[in-house]
Amino acid sequence: MFDVPLSALVAQVFTGLVLGGILVLMAIGLSLIFGLMTVVNFAHGAFYMLGAYVAFSLLGLTKSFWATLVLAPLVVGTLGLLVERLLIRRLYGRSPDDPLLLTFGLSLAMVEGVKLLWGKIGLTVDPPKQLSSAVDLGFMNFPVYRLFVIAVTAAALVALWLFLEKTNVGLIIRAGSRDALMVRALGLDLNRIWLLVFGIGIGMAGLAGVLAGPMRGVYAEMGVEIIIECFVVVVVGGMGSLAGAIVAGLLMGEIVSLTTFFAPKLAEIVVFVVMAVVLLVRPSGLFGEAGLAE
Amino acid sequence: MHRRGFLTTTTAGVTLLAFPAVLRAQSKEPIRIGFPLPLTGTFAAIAADLQKGAQLAVEEINAKGGVMGRKLEVLFRDDELKPAVGAQRTKELIENQKVDFVVGGLAAHVQMAINEQTKAAKKLYISVSQSDEISAKPDTSPLTFHEALNPTITSRAMATYGMQNIGKKWWVVYADYAWGKQNNVVFNAAIAKLGGTVLGSTPYPLGKPEFSAHLPKIQAAKPDAIYAVTPGADNVPFLKQAISFGLKKDAKIAQPLHFLYYTKEGGAEVFQDIYGATHFCHELAETLPQAKRYVEAFTKRFNQPPDAYSGYGFNGIHEVARGVELAKSTDSDAVANALRKNREYDHYKGKQWWRACDNKSFQDLWIIRVRSPQQVKGEWGLFDVIGKVAANEELDRTCAEKGHA
Amino acid sequence: MIRGAFGPFTAWVTVHPIASFVVFFAIFPFIAPYQALATQVLIFGLFALGFNLLYGYTGLLSFGHAAYYGLGAYGAGLALAKLKVTSLWLALGIGLGAAVVGGALVGFFCLRRRGIYFAMLTLAFAQMLYFIAFHAADLTGGDDGLRGIPLLPLSLFGVSVSLRHPLAFYYFAYVLVVLAVAGLKRILDSPFGAVLRAIRENSDRAVACGYDINRVKLLSFVFSALFTGLAGALDALRLTVVPVESLYWSTSGQVVIMTLLGGAGTFFGPFVGAATYLVLADRLSLFIEAWPLVIGVIFMVFVLFLPRGIWGTLTSRGIGS
Repeated sequence: MFDVPLSALVAQVFTGLVLGGILVLMAIGLSLIFGLMTVVNFAHGAFYMLGAYVAFSLLGLTKSFWATLVLAPLVVGTLGLLVERLLIRRLYGRSPDDPLLLTFGLSLAMVEGVKLLWGKIGLTVDPPKQLSSAVDLGFMNFPVYRLFVIAVTAAALVALWLFLEKTNVGLIIRAGSRDALMVRALGLDLNRIWLLVFGIGIGMAGLAGVLAGPMRGVYAEMGVEIIIECFVVVVVGGMGSLAGAIVAGLLMGEIVSLTTFFAPKLAEIVVFVVMAVVLLVRPSGLFGEAGLAE
Repeated sequence: MHRRGFLTTTTAGVTLLAFPAVLRAQSKEPIRIGFPLPLTGTFAAIAADLQKGAQLAVEEINAKGGVMGRKLEVLFRDDELKPAVGAQRTKELIENQKVDFVVGGLAAHVQMAINEQTKAAKKLYISVSQSDEISAKPDTSPLTFHEALNPTITSRAMATYGMQNIGKKWWVVYADYAWGKQNNVVFNAAIAKLGGTVLGSTPYPLGKPEFSAHLPKIQAAKPDAIYAVTPGADNVPFLKQAISFGLKKDAKIAQPLHFLYYTKEGGAEVFQDIYGATHFCHELAETLPQAKRYVEAFTKRFNQPPDAYSGYGFNGIHEVARGVELAKSTDSDAVANALRKNREYDHYKGKQWWRACDNKSFQDLWIIRVRSPQQVKGEWGLFDVIGKVAANEELDRTCAEKGHA
Repeated sequence: MIRGAFGPFTAWVTVHPIASFVVFFAIFPFIAPYQALATQVLIFGLFALGFNLLYGYTGLLSFGHAAYYGLGAYGAGLALAKLKVTSLWLALGIGLGAAVVGGALVGFFCLRRRGIYFAMLTLAFAQMLYFIAFHAADLTGGDDGLRGIPLLPLSLFGVSVSLRHPLAFYYFAYVLVVLAVAGLKRILDSPFGAVLRAIRENSDRAVACGYDINRVKLLSFVFSALFTGLAGALDALRLTVVPVESLYWSTSGQVVIMTLLGGAGTFFGPFVGAATYLVLADRLSLFIEAWPLVIGVIFMVFVLFLPRGIWGTLTSRGIGS
């Protein structure tokens, strides 16, 4: 088993980064939303799916992949704003399970709604010509598009980091996820912040969907399959911790990728085993803070 | 876009033909057939096709006066691609709707659950799902009929054609679940028996189509062809990855089945030159008179050509009707025996027959290859029919192998 | 307003829970659209009841309750199909035993954590069971499900009773579920039940009062697994097949939905929720192809405006806000 060609191993590591990248984009959104609003957003996968579908339509309209890459997440994020404002906001101050249930119902409705609007067959989205080839790394070919996904994920994370570290709004968000009560006591309007955070989180899920579409295809069930993995990543990283989401996302991506290669039968279960082990050893995830999720 | 009768189908335009008085004296209650199928879920498009085929059959039969003077009524139910739901819907059809027969099931695991309910209620069940077990002990029963192809037949046919026309050295990529594993095992055995070599078999978790690490290894082994058992939503990603890795230039690719709507959606550019097997495609209308009639009737009724699974639905209903006519009764045992006694039938594409020991349908299948974008004829002419594998009981396991004495 | 109209009814039911249950479900097969649906409601109501004991009464949200349902189902199913036991009671017993052992083991590990981490751990263990069932195909049938489960006749005081007829099976399940419901009432009315509620309200204070809450939580977990396992075992007999999806997280999700729809922390919430969800899903799918959309919307409406669930709202009880 260990006479594995280096090329295959490197390919799998890169694939792990791609997988991890998608998971990170999703997990960051989930973690942001949970950390700040204590909302477990079960519809996160549905918004990811919506991102892919919206990208399909925008691509048809604009014929420009680059425009779609920018616009689709914005469209999805705006929908997220609407959902927060009209639906989730009504649940604040109530049992913490209510948003989970609401978003669960929302995810059911969205999956079906998408099929009504776009049809039942999975759709195809193609990456632009410039990204469609494979780059010759000497010992093997690796698709350019996947490298592109890694690059975009990195760029999005940098943008998010800049936003959180360098802007006032970002400061409030960071403070709010540490101590929401204190922030309110300081007189800041959390409602607007929460609206923004939800929108950003959803927008990132939409971005993940746009990126995944050309690789995985666009079909209504794609969100259902990924949502559990995202929850696992967030929990392993620590609910509410952005660093945790990044580390755990990349870690999980690599673990799944390598397991798929060395022991394919275990690939589906490995995320749960890792999560169980992590949680039993570190109660609040890798970077989580005790007391945050109880 | 036509309006689809969701629940039951009865025709408009009933014609009163002159029936013998003895038939008129019989009950005028319609003969009810329950039809569970996955109208929601990942295979909804195939299910819609299946449903249309069944609807066409019912309308045609009823237009001719029905069966024994009674109309046919088909009750479709959504099994959501879940066995527990399929079982529950079947119970509802049998207990509440008092159906006389059941046709349906698209996914292997769902049809097993449906079969358990029909066996318990002693109702005839014609399964239209790909499965090796349904016609073998202990799942099968004298009332369990299997219309569809199964992995054994499909992969043996593809192996035979492949060895003769595509290549001698193969690599198999397969989804790690029952259907994928069965195809892999059968294909490996068939290739070995024919003197070829399977250089390697790569399983992958169903629903996780990531092949980047495997493809270089496959490329390095230099197979003549790859057998891709990558169903549903994994199909297009696999092909795209194979293309982007340059694998498609080095090796031919074959898969067990082709579906018209998925191929059209994925596009001829992705699918071109991919081999596949099918028990029916609408291009057969060019060479077979029965197929021509079927395709024309279907296209006229639904404004689109039929795909493979519509034929299963069509046959399922027609065989129930034929059995009832032969047995002169709606009793499931009588109908089953009548079908076994009069095994041959030909409703839309050529002669088929039921094998007596396991109620398995044997039918012609064809090897098709997807045309390049320039060669595609019109909107739907995506398949090139390049070979035929005539119906042959050798393609399936023997009665003894399936546990029948 | 609605509450007022139902007032006397719910009041009576709350005061005489067991009697109401016995009477209502005795006639239920004749009210329900068809008998097989009535049986399904009964069994899933029991499933939700088990879940509710842990969530509604002890305050512990489990995302992996499918594990005990599945263990009960596979236990009973394997006993009949593979071990070829000749007694239906023994098969049920084996199913229950498997669920209880599973509950004890999983509870032992998961109860070390709280909140969402506890929930995710329960999910992890359930998924591991699913994975094992999926891949041990020679034993469990894999993703084709466990088939070949004979529905043996019941031996009752020396008489052999066939359960083939839907009504016969219904009343067989009915008796067992009544016993389970009565058992739950005993548990809830006992001092143990009071401690459960104390833990739900404020577990730190319960500790301060000197209760060994770890032991109590584990016991609650095990009882919950017992009821859930019985539901699974009954379902294996009902369908004579155990689909591998029985262990999947979607099954866990379904029972959460049913409980919350009916009213968590209420006695009848689980059954009301199971009945509503199953009857709705059954009837809606006949008329509307996009019925999951309707269910999703109905669900959202409930969460927004009826957070205590149907029964919780009618009786003004339960743990919704």
